Amino acid sequence: MDVQAYIESGILELYVAGALSEDESREVTRLSLEHPEILAEIQAIESAFHRLGSSLAPAGTRFDFESVRQRIQADPSKGQAGTPGVRTLEPRRKPWATWAGWAAALVLGAGLIWMASERQRLQADVQVLQQDNQFLEQQVEAAREALAGTDSLMRELRDKNISVVPLDGQQVAPEAYARVYWNRDSGQLLIDAIGLPEPPPGMVYQVWSLKLDPLTPTSLGLLEDFASEENRIFALPNPNESEAFGITLEPAGGSETPTLEQLYTLGAV
Amino acid sequence: MAAFKELHSRYAPNICGVIHTILRNRERAEELTQDVFVKIWDYRFSYDASKGRFFTWILNIARNAAIDELRSKSHKEQQLNLHTTFFVDMAEEQEEQTFGVDMNRVKGLIRGLGKKCHQIIELLYFKGLTQKESSDFLDIPLGTVKTRVRNCISRLRKNLVY
Repeated sequence: MDVQAYIESGILELYVAGALSEDESREVTRLSLEHPEILAEIQAIESAFHRLGSSLAPAGTRFDFESVRQRIQADPSKGQAGTPGVRTLEPRRKPWATWAGWAAALVLGAGLIWMASERQRLQADVQVLQQDNQFLEQQVEAAREALAGTDSLMRELRDKNISVVPLDGQQVAPEAYARVYWNRDSGQLLIDAIGLPEPPPGMVYQVWSLKLDPLTPTSLGLLEDFASEENRIFALPNPNESEAFGITLEPAGGSETPTLEQLYTLGAV
Repeated sequence: MAAFKELHSRYAPNICGVIHTILRNRERAEELTQDVFVKIWDYRFSYDASKGRFFTWILNIARNAAIDELRSKSHKEQQLNLHTTFFVDMAEEQEEQTFGVDMNRVKGLIRGLGKKCHQIIELLYFKGLTQKESSDFLDIPLGTVKTRVRNCISRLRKNLVY
């Protein structure tokens, strides 16, 4: 083809101004890629139009890109295909739709497996919780019983007929102490042994009623199962006219007479 | 975004000049130039290089925006029609400055271009008429539109050298 004649025809000016039909324009574009002279001519024409247009902008106009940038970034969702003012038709079913379908199926399958295992785990949890619940109920019941016991204990301790006899620590155990609550009417003793150390294995505390003049000890009983009695309160009968009380450490089963070297606490009424 | 900023600095003066020639309103021309660039960004994926130059694509967007704006404003005042002139008025302006445009610069560029050149540039470049529409309007053969615009732009290009 005669490139020079083509250039001289004026079709390139129409092309740059946008005055050709779409087909004509595509033809010019195609030729411009084949013939560098045509492309160069198009660029020169474009530049001439550009200079003319620019000269018609008001002098000193600031072309503020910052405002444009802000407006663009305020709505980043834009950038769709289609010509301004022209609604593009939906293309046929896209390949990604198929992939999305498979992906959704996989996600769903994984979800079902997860839910089944989750159900099993929750059932086991429920069982554990039921056991915990049963255990706690037992604890509450025990606590109620303990409270009832404590209540009756308190009632007894507050009885006006009760004498309180503090027993102080003796030579073998200066830190030890105990307290005796003696109801003379009922002949009942309560011994609070919280201040006594736990007896060594094979030994037991024995409680004595004492007459002082002359010194006559009478055994009142043993503080059996000392370790297992958590609040360390023991009840013993006392029919005697006691003048003092003492507690000694004796071999298991107790002794006929107190071992005075092992006298832990002693107190006068 | 850096590339778009480059496009903006390269093309904004021409876009603004075209819009301003149509609207003769500096503020609106600047605002509409911004609108056009936002639109260019929004529709950037729809530009098809095989159909024409990027320069031409955005020129179309700018012309349409400016003429739409003029239509929406002028329907009460005066009828906008093919005889309404934008560039021809500017080209024949005798003042040194009109609507803020430096006319010495414009006159320097279009020196030696006659009325027929003003007219054909008006129709093809500022109004965006097709070759056929221009041919019909001027009542001249299609081929004459081509040769006339070729001669006019060749003269314009010679003026650019100085």
